[in-house]
Amino acid sequence: MKIEILGVGCPKCKQLTANTEVAVKELNIQAEVGKVTDIDKITDYGVMMTPALAVDGTVVSAGKVLSKDEIKRIISK
Amino acid sequence: MGECMCQEGGVLIFPCSGAADVGDLSDRVARKMAQCGQAKMFCLAGIGAHVPGMIESAKAAKKIIAIDGCQVLCSKKILEHAGFTPISFNLKDLGFEKGTTQVNDENIKKAATKISGSKSEETSSRNSGGCCGNERHSSLCGR
Repeated sequence: MKIEILGVGCPKCKQLTANTEVAVKELNIQAEVGKVTDIDKITDYGVMMTPALAVDGTVVSAGKVLSKDEIKRIISK
Repeated sequence: MGECMCQEGGVLIFPCSGAADVGDLSDRVARKMAQCGQAKMFCLAGIGAHVPGMIESAKAAKKIIAIDGCQVLCSKKILEHAGFTPISFNLKDLGFEKGTTQVNDENIKKAATKISGSKSEETSSRNSGGCCGNERHSSLCGR
């Protein structure tokens, strides 16, 4: 599984990254967590509000700092 | 750090941008409102195409405004089809007839003022701002 946090690096993006890393750790799954900070790449995803979260290339959330539990629910589907 | 896009969901505006004069007017009104910081213009085509990033970004909005040029209400219907409940404005109801509307500064300002004035509480932009102090102004410039 490939999880990407889309955002230019503001505090909200960092918080979403931290929450994602905790969620992955607690689920004990194999996942690659990466960041997309290039604004052109972010808009290529159609994202107009950050931070956003993409799982295997599909945006599943935008404009929100998801909690650890919300992320766990999304990536467990 | 580049331009932050962490602006929390404020008011998103989706004009129909149709081919007719009133479609053109809807587009220019939306751009005018966006330039004045009253709303953020968004891509209706992206919603129609069900682009996940666009849909998820729109979900983060506090309010969604659809501006349609005529009674076909394409923008409103596309948004509803995607699961949104927009505040809908039909330029025909605001006095602009398809085929006889001039797309000029006067009509752009007139329509923008009517939309921002109508249901002003519903359409007002009270963004909480992002994490980078990028708050927007809520007044319609040149009003």
